Amino acid sequence: MGEKQTFTHSVIQSFKIKQVDLLRFITAGSVDDGKSTLIGRLLYDTKNILADQMEAIERASKSRNVGEIDLALLTDGLRSEREQGITIDVAYKYFQTPSRKFISIDAPGHIQYTRNMVTGASNADLAIILVDARHGVVEQTRRHSLIASMLGIPHVIVAINKMDLVGNSEDAFLEIAKSYQELAAKLSIKDLTIIPVSALNGDNIVDRSANMPWYTGETLLSVLETVNVLKDQNTEDGRFSVQYVIRPQTEELHDYRGYAGRVQSGTFKKGDLIKVLPSEQESKIAKIEFGGNEIEEASVLESVTILLEDDIDISRGDIIVSLNNSPIVSQDIEALVCWMDDKKTLKPGNKYVLQHGTARSRCSIRDIEYQIDINSYEKLDEVESLKLNDVARIVLRTAQPVAYDPYQKNRSNGAAILIDETSNVTVGACMIE
Amino acid sequence: MSISVKEVSDISEADARRKSPDYLDQLEAEAIYVMREVAGQFERPALLFSGGKDSITLVRLAQKAFAPGKIPFPLVHVDTGHNFIEAIHYRDELAAATGSKLIVRYVEDTIKAKGLKEQTGKNASRNWLQTFTLLDTIEEFEFDACIGGARRDEEKARAKERIFSFRDEFGQWDPKRQRPELWNLFNGRIHKGENVRVFPISNWTELDVWAYLKREKIALPSIYFAHERELILRDGHLLANTPVIEKDENDQIVTRQVRFRTVGDMTCTAAVESSAATLDEVIAEITVSRISERGETRIDDQQTEAAMEDRKKGGYF
Ligand SMILES: Nc1nc2c(ncn2[C@@H]2O[C@H](COP(=O)(O)OP(=O)(O)O)[C@@H](O)[C@H]2O)c(=O)[nH]1
Ligand SMILES: [Mg+2]
Repeated sequence: MGEKQTFTHSVIQSFKIKQVDLLRFITAGSVDDGKSTLIGRLLYDTKNILADQMEAIERASKSRNVGEIDLALLTDGLRSEREQGITIDVAYKYFQTPSRKFISIDAPGHIQYTRNMVTGASNADLAIILVDARHGVVEQTRRHSLIASMLGIPHVIVAINKMDLVGNSEDAFLEIAKSYQELAAKLSIKDLTIIPVSALNGDNIVDRSANMPWYTGETLLSVLETVNVLKDQNTEDGRFSVQYVIRPQTEELHDYRGYAGRVQSGTFKKGDLIKVLPSEQESKIAKIEFGGNEIEEASVLESVTILLEDDIDISRGDIIVSLNNSPIVSQDIEALVCWMDDKKTLKPGNKYVLQHGTARSRCSIRDIEYQIDINSYEKLDEVESLKLNDVARIVLRTAQPVAYDPYQKNRSNGAAILIDETSNVTVGACMIE
Repeated sequence: MSISVKEVSDISEADARRKSPDYLDQLEAEAIYVMREVAGQFERPALLFSGGKDSITLVRLAQKAFAPGKIPFPLVHVDTGHNFIEAIHYRDELAAATGSKLIVRYVEDTIKAKGLKEQTGKNASRNWLQTFTLLDTIEEFEFDACIGGARRDEEKARAKERIFSFRDEFGQWDPKRQRPELWNLFNGRIHKGENVRVFPISNWTELDVWAYLKREKIALPSIYFAHERELILRDGHLLANTPVIEKDENDQIVTRQVRFRTVGDMTCTAAVESSAATLDEVIAEITVSRISERGETRIDDQQTEAAMEDRKKGGYF
């Protein structure tokens, strides 16, 4: 340990040969649709449950007389959840198969936890929306689908669950699938797959079901393993929010100024002409480093350090963009907002802190253009204020200019949060339009 | 019958040529991003360093995040006085090698200063008392953010915790009132006296940590590898034979070849029998192991089903 630390990029390159990537997915649906059971089933059938965890849930199942072991107990973690038998907060579970690592996000279904679902959905590559085959498309299905679409989750799987309770009937499945497609037509869901499953019995989850020979499509796991998440990234527009300025100020690194950040979209390489926003200063990339070593180029989601040829004034909150590909720079912003404060309402005239990338700016709400009824998708005009879990299109004005892209084009540079200035709590999720 | 409305567009040539990043690169990039958010958002952050493999991983990530500069925050160790000597040596060497400031505070001192009562008897542990020392240390240095190595796969309560986990002025975690954590927009705004615990490797599993340590060729304290040692065999668990563990007539002293999967407090960290002498062998053993890390080696969590949830509410790591 005593010798100097070295981290060479070649070591990292050699690890890329294996090509196991990550997929984050969220499960949504009404309470009791079987979300927790489904995750438990995925973990169980892919052999990701360890012996002692299994024993613990067997013990708990027995003490509550639920008969068979209850796979839902694997994810319902907090004491209050076990007491009430519901999922309150977002729970993360990890499992892997030979081709992928999965981060599953189990979000609560109750309407009062819509904000938790939005939290879980914001980082997801894929959403599994559960529908109880006995009830078909219900209010929650509509709401969760809207959230998935609004948050730009690229892939949606609708799992029509509890097929065992409707006699594994193809007609029942087709009817629900049809009504879901009618609903989806009103939304922007890029990639939709509908699968009949039984989480309880494990039908069409990991293994194909003998109970539904009429279903010839993919199993749920096979979709999870094969969706192309690379394609979802914005590789066009070079965006890099500066998080921190590295200035070692030692003798040998006297003039070193490195801009630390993560590539939000596009790619950057040595020699690229860039612009810094909102100041509009231009320069050229002198060098890109990772862990102190020079690398050729940096692409989406890589955390690197950029050095510029010119000595210009850049600090946290600034964004470096490709010279000929500029985002919109403005103080007037229109956005869809999901309101998350259970104490205070959002009203025109209210002031907040808007956090976009690494920049924070005070802002004031100018107008609520309309609210969206998250169940019927109708636009409601003349809304005076927003309360917890309301979704609306708002207009706001910021104290400093913001350099953004529309959310549906660039998830990373089109997202922002509203922070309450006095409580410091995150109160709104904004998707800039 | 399959219904699928797939977007009709071919993968562009550029995308086809671009390889998907390996999951370890993705996890690393996320953790580095979180580290830099801490440095960017807080005035007095600290990295809680236990000498365990998770915090060793954190130190490497912090080095990478700020290279060629030094890590812009101190390493803080809350020493129960019940640590493995190997872990303590390692800690001191690592702090020296990274040029980081090392702050050590002792549970022993808190016990004396506050007149706290230690647990007694054979299963006595200072694990719970660490919380007091930690909170005092946070107050002493006015730390506004403490980076920790907790992972969500370790335990059920942790599976629900945010990456930026807000703590009130008493250090308490309120699972029902967590701040929404959207995209990668972390909100570290707090009032004076409050602080945020930050977990950059939240989304890593135990195996990911091992794979990363191997990839980065990071040396570890020797107790992580198989060695022969005198142990106390108690209720099927193997504990290090040390004066800080009170023994009784039911305890058996045995000599076995073992390694430790975590290197916490000796009183609540059990060894596993193993012949794994290298990282590769350790990884191979863990891959086939059917028992989770906490279940195997953490004695404190087995006492009640909600043990961790309760400790976190009280201000634990
Ligand atoms: N018959 C049947 N019951 C199911 C199925 N999936 C889940 N359940 C049951 O539905 C109830 C609610 O499941 P749970 O996973 O807790 O739902 P959640 O609230 O969405 O997480 C439990 O009693 C499950 O055993 C299924 O495919 N078939
Ligand atoms: Mg549930």
